[in-house]
Amino acid sequence: MNLSILLWLPAAVGLVAAFAPRQIAPKLVALATLVTLGLAIYLIADYDPSGGMQHVTDTMWISQLGIHYKLGVDGLNLFLIGLTTLGFAAAAVAANFRQWDKPGLFYLHLALGETAVLGAFMAQDLALFVVFFDLMLIPFYFLAGQWGVGDDRIKAVTKMVVYTFVGSLLMLGAAIATGVLSAGDGHAISFALSDLRAHKLGTSTQEWIFLLFALAFLVKMPAFPFHGWMPDGYKAMPIEVLAVFSAVLSKVAAYGFLRIVLPVFPDATAHFQDLMLILALASILYGSVMAFTSTNARLVLGYSSIAQLGFITLGIFALNDRGAQGAVLQMVNHGLVVIPLILIVGILARRAGGSEDLRDMGGIAFRAPVLATLFLISAFATLAMPGSSNFVGEFFILLGVFESKQAFAYIAFAGVALAAVYALRLFIRAMHNRPSPQVESKELSFRDGLVLVPLVAVILFFAVYPQLALHRAEKSVTATIQPAVEVTK
Amino acid sequence: MIAAATQTVHGPHIDVAGLSPLIALGGGAIVVLLVGLLRPRFVREGLVPLLSLVALGATLGLSIWQWNEGKSIISGALRVDSLALGLTALFVIAGMLTVVLSWRALAPRESAHGEYYAMLLASIAGMSVLVQAQNLVTLFLGLELLSIPLYVLCATEMRRASSLESGLKYLIVGSVGSATLLYGLALIYGATGSTDFAGIAHALPKGSAMLTDPLFLTGMALVVVGLAFKASVAPFHQWTPDVYEGAPTPITAFMATATKAAALGVFIRFFDVALINAHDNWAPVLAALAAVTIVVGNVGAIGQSSVKRILAWSGVAQAGYMLAGVVVGTQLGIQAVTFYLAGYLVMNIAAFAVVVARSRETALGDSLAAFEGLGGRNPFLGWSMTIAMLGLAGIPGTAGFVGKFFLIDAAVDGDYTWLGIVIVIGSAISLTYYLRIIAAIWMKPTPHAVPALAGGSAEIEPGEVPVGPRPAGLEVTAVAVLCAAATIVLGIVPGPLFDVAKDTATAIGHLL
Repeated sequence: MNLSILLWLPAAVGLVAAFAPRQIAPKLVALATLVTLGLAIYLIADYDPSGGMQHVTDTMWISQLGIHYKLGVDGLNLFLIGLTTLGFAAAAVAANFRQWDKPGLFYLHLALGETAVLGAFMAQDLALFVVFFDLMLIPFYFLAGQWGVGDDRIKAVTKMVVYTFVGSLLMLGAAIATGVLSAGDGHAISFALSDLRAHKLGTSTQEWIFLLFALAFLVKMPAFPFHGWMPDGYKAMPIEVLAVFSAVLSKVAAYGFLRIVLPVFPDATAHFQDLMLILALASILYGSVMAFTSTNARLVLGYSSIAQLGFITLGIFALNDRGAQGAVLQMVNHGLVVIPLILIVGILARRAGGSEDLRDMGGIAFRAPVLATLFLISAFATLAMPGSSNFVGEFFILLGVFESKQAFAYIAFAGVALAAVYALRLFIRAMHNRPSPQVESKELSFRDGLVLVPLVAVILFFAVYPQLALHRAEKSVTATIQPAVEVTK
Repeated sequence: MIAAATQTVHGPHIDVAGLSPLIALGGGAIVVLLVGLLRPRFVREGLVPLLSLVALGATLGLSIWQWNEGKSIISGALRVDSLALGLTALFVIAGMLTVVLSWRALAPRESAHGEYYAMLLASIAGMSVLVQAQNLVTLFLGLELLSIPLYVLCATEMRRASSLESGLKYLIVGSVGSATLLYGLALIYGATGSTDFAGIAHALPKGSAMLTDPLFLTGMALVVVGLAFKASVAPFHQWTPDVYEGAPTPITAFMATATKAAALGVFIRFFDVALINAHDNWAPVLAALAAVTIVVGNVGAIGQSSVKRILAWSGVAQAGYMLAGVVVGTQLGIQAVTFYLAGYLVMNIAAFAVVVARSRETALGDSLAAFEGLGGRNPFLGWSMTIAMLGLAGIPGTAGFVGKFFLIDAAVDGDYTWLGIVIVIGSAISLTYYLRIIAAIWMKPTPHAVPALAGGSAEIEPGEVPVGPRPAGLEVTAVAVLCAAATIVLGIVPGPLFDVAKDTATAIGHLL
């Protein structure tokens, strides 16, 4: 399959929708995201597990700068592409049930966002990756600023954009330096990742470039202490947009470590391994504690994402097969879980008189057993209940860390316990207890079910069959961490 | 004796073909000036701008015709090569767009149509001379020919005090800059004994004692200062916001794009040709100036409420980015500068065209309030401004991103990696104010139009916008949309422009 079709389909339909009548535009984009999801599922089914880059598209984009338009799929990004298309399809369908001011523009931005994120996942050229990485924030800036919630949203999204762009732009500088400096000894400049892997930079150069890349990715995740934009940014976004934002954009950052940093800067990766592990642990502990103490349901999920991304970072920088495999699986798992959870928060808020504060909720499960069940499944998956795919992911990560750095693993175990605390607290506060005065306990509507049930079904599917992802990712994961593993040995 | 007088005088060979772009500009200026004297209204308001466009179009055509010639004319005083012609083409394009923006503007009506357009053409001729100059004298001549008409053009909205103030300020500051430059040129002549760029380069072989000669170094420092005034490089930029804000908006657009291109062109000519062997002396100085300029420009823009002032400060910062390409003194650096100049031109003119449109449609002038809710009211202008801002901020998919990529690439390649990092930090700061404009356009509610009260009522209710003197005009919207489209196209298909940029850089032979 030509990946360009998968990549550009949402944007193209979004452009058409921008000029379409206001009744048609939402349906058109929702349909496009569903078709894209279908294509992604086909891609997963069609994937040859023996590894290697597949469905490669490679043409020169800007020959003078050595920038290729190179796309490809392997075990690292295969399921992340699937997750992205699923997230955007869920967001677009869920958004269809609401009226938006200037719908054509809203869906245009949503569709552009999907193309940009897919581009970041598919890019096999460092400059192309940076292009999509920077670009993907812009549609979300508009979505949050124009259709977001709260009077302070413009301030909040500006903060978010500037914060993450500081990282992104430093990464741009670092990426250009990587291309130029690795072209030093005579051969033409090229940003294709395969070329960059072949021409290693000197250790000291790698180190400062590593720091700039790490900063960009840690801000984007976000990881403690670079998460300053997160609380306000999360509160400002429309809930459907937040679902996909939280599920997908943070994964681009984690993916960036695996795709770019580990293979291209292996010496620096080994050098900074402890630093990254410490930051990951700090994120786990900080995120868990904040998630446990926040009363805003969105922020509970936001901080829990910080903790989960901490686990993923931990797995990546364990620098062994098991850790990295767990990280790849956990990226998909976290995305799958967080989409329904955030949509459920939106549903809960509608039942609690519009408030997203946990103190205003309670007792919603009373007349809503189906909603409660779906919520419970997602919450159990978040806390990595044995039997869920998240359990497998976290198990692998902890196993990986245990093998490489035991001390870190002991502290990380505490994070697993804390996850149970905040996930159950979220569930109990919202669904059990005495109903708050303005709470109206009613069952899930058919429309909401239409979005939630398939999402939870995917979680259950992965719980039964995580092998699907593990098996397909295995070869590529081994290949991508290989250079860094060799350095540590 | 009579016999001697009747003998044929063998004058110097005049290369008319090489001079033809300048002839078209100068001749055009004279024709426009004379036609502007005619009484009928359609002549003054229709024919004069049209003739200016014809003159500019002819210049563009002749520049393309002469593209590959690469020769020296007027006994080596000017050099017609691809760098000069490429930059001339930029000035001409900026000039054409300015003519279109000025067509139904206040400024030519208040001054006089003929004079206004004639001065515009004369100024472009000055720019062209400046970037062709191979000689200290022609350099100064070009600079003055460029500057003096601009002083006047800034003051052409004669009934507005701020326009007069702008012209006067520019005159005084510009004269100080010119004087400094002239002093510096004189000292360099004194030190090297040559006014010719090639002669100066010859007098300064690598490692010669001259490179530490105080006379020469003082001259070089004064030249840096003089040119920094013209290019609004910090700390010699203080005039820029005031002058840009006060001048008629089409003229501001012209100054922001063409004048800046001319100043950077002469930076390339002078430092990368005449003083290339003194690279070790001037490069650190220019690099420091570039870094300071980037920071000062971007920080200065943050608190502004006038869009023209924001664009002025952003222009200061952008000059800093481009200076990085001059600093490295390589082929790649010159290519990056010329590429960025072209992208910078379309992005800025798109932005200024929207400012022109809004200051006609509303009585709020160029304040940020005039842009609130623009996306809902007029999507064409709204998107044009948005694309221009995203481009100036260097978001991927625009000419600004590719340009910045190229500049950083050149900086890293020329061992100025730290300057590349300063560029990205500057871009990050710049987002705060570019996003403010975008937020005003899309994220503020569309205000209701109310009739403006005579005498300029100070009481504007929130959610209301007083209606301005006249509609924006189709041609202004067209310029905005065209330039915004060009911003996107150059960002996605930069190949052809790269080839042109590469061609212009080959004009300069001996680089690092």
